[in-house]
Amino acid sequence: MIAVFKKEMKSYFTTVTGYVFLGVALLISGFVLSITTFMSADPSSDTSNYFSIVLIMSMVFLPILTMRSFSDERRTKTDQLLFTSPVSIFSLVFGKFLSALCMFLIYLALSLFNFIPLFAFVAEGAAGPNVAMIIGNFIALVLVGMCFIAIGIFISSLTENMFASAVITVATLFGLLLINGISGLSFLQGDGFAEVIRVVIDWISIFARFDAFVFGYFDIPSLIYYISVTFILLLLTERHFQARRLI
Amino acid sequence: MCAHPRAHAKGIYIFMIEINNLVKKFGKKYALDGVSFSIKKGEIVGFLGPNGAGKSTTMNIITGYISPTSGSVTVGGVDVFSEPMKVKKMIGFLPEQPPLYIDMTVWEYLCFVYELKGCKMNKSAHLSEICELVKITDVKNRLIKNLSKGYKQRVGIAAAIIGGPDVLIFDEPTVGLDPKQIIEIRSLLRALSKERTIILSTHILSEVQAVCDRIVVINAGKIIADEKTAKLSEALGQSNRFRVKISGPSREVLNLLKSIHGVTRVTQDGAREGDAFPYIVEYSGSIDIRKMMFRALADKGWPILAMEGVDISLEDLFVKLIDGEEEKR
Repeated sequence: MIAVFKKEMKSYFTTVTGYVFLGVALLISGFVLSITTFMSADPSSDTSNYFSIVLIMSMVFLPILTMRSFSDERRTKTDQLLFTSPVSIFSLVFGKFLSALCMFLIYLALSLFNFIPLFAFVAEGAAGPNVAMIIGNFIALVLVGMCFIAIGIFISSLTENMFASAVITVATLFGLLLINGISGLSFLQGDGFAEVIRVVIDWISIFARFDAFVFGYFDIPSLIYYISVTFILLLLTERHFQARRLI
Repeated sequence: MCAHPRAHAKGIYIFMIEINNLVKKFGKKYALDGVSFSIKKGEIVGFLGPNGAGKSTTMNIITGYISPTSGSVTVGGVDVFSEPMKVKKMIGFLPEQPPLYIDMTVWEYLCFVYELKGCKMNKSAHLSEICELVKITDVKNRLIKNLSKGYKQRVGIAAAIIGGPDVLIFDEPTVGLDPKQIIEIRSLLRALSKERTIILSTHILSEVQAVCDRIVVINAGKIIADEKTAKLSEALGQSNRFRVKISGPSREVLNLLKSIHGVTRVTQDGAREGDAFPYIVEYSGSIDIRKMMFRALADKGWPILAMEGVDISLEDLFVKLIDGEEEKR
């Protein structure tokens, strides 16, 4: 697992993927933070818009991190090395997951620099930024990011083409975002069957549980939910490889 | 076919690799249809067959990359499917296409494989020794994508022997190499075979004859021969044939050649050269007809311009083996 993790981290920085991800993501988030807060027409220190945009952005950027993970191994036949080595399939999958998560954490850590001008700006004027909310949003991003990465890794295990893998992952994530809206529709507000559908939708909608953290609450059930979804998807990836050996 | 001693149940095993009635179906097509053979410790076995015969499928099953539809494989007395980790530790595998990360340098790649296999030795000493053995020390700091095919193949072999596995499985290790590299790889294989069990797949007959103790021939998912190399070569030697270029009127030469005692078949082969024609002469085993042919042609005053033996091809081998199988029935 550690060998795969190290190899993946190295490959992010020997190919352009890692630099492009970090560079572009930091550039955009820096820009977004400044125009939504201290440079907006009505300057404020409210960061909720910023975090919603970062969330949408990670729906596009995280698939770029995960698109190569197994697609490329299959295309170059290096999966033969991995799967014939004395390493369990799950630890290979988990090594890949950890490396992508690590890149995302590096991004989040570096994006902390964005907040320096925000706090500096407050020093001159009115109400300061809500620190609890910022911390909550960071935790929420890490948790949702874990799910996104697990989804991306699962999808990359299905195809040899890394661009197909990226596009399908982005489409899936936006699909989940749409589902999140569905449970709020008026015709699903009744009891009985409508309620069943609403519960199911709420369960698969990974965005629904984002809100508690956004307002600065530490929501344990949501934490467990995100971690379980991540592990279920990683296990699914492992099962998929096991099943493919039998074909 | 050899018997399958069950001695390994007591912890002692005679066969390093035992393959028992392996069947693999891809959809409705049988890639392997009841393959069984065993390999003794220290043996180097050539796995011979045309493309698509099931060589790679068999090797992928032994290494645990894919699972069979039915049948069993044990390596060193351990079942591949119930204890894959143990078996994978014993095997060094070079797939048909070496599994290289082309963005790494040779050294980085070998380090990665070393760590992936979870080896616990003196890393740099072990890897340096392997680099020396397969002669890649001078390219170890170069990116794999910039290496030639021959070097890539050697890096693949180096990766396979990291950790000193007891069993080596090489899928067509000399394909795409130039003649000099082929000779080098063959002598490397012989050097490696001193303390290891090796399976080597190929579709080149002369390759197995040069390197292997034993030959297992597979065709259309079935084993059609499993013999010592010397024995198989001898059996194949029975139908001798050669190519001869004779200057003279073609029809009469053809009739004369056919009339020689022992000649089974004569065919004209290739384009004329002045008044000379090339012929392929086949004759049955025990009689050497070359002297008689010389005298007969000399009497007529038709000189022989060239004569050379024709190696038996894989196709001929298959025709012979399949014919032999049918005769037995």
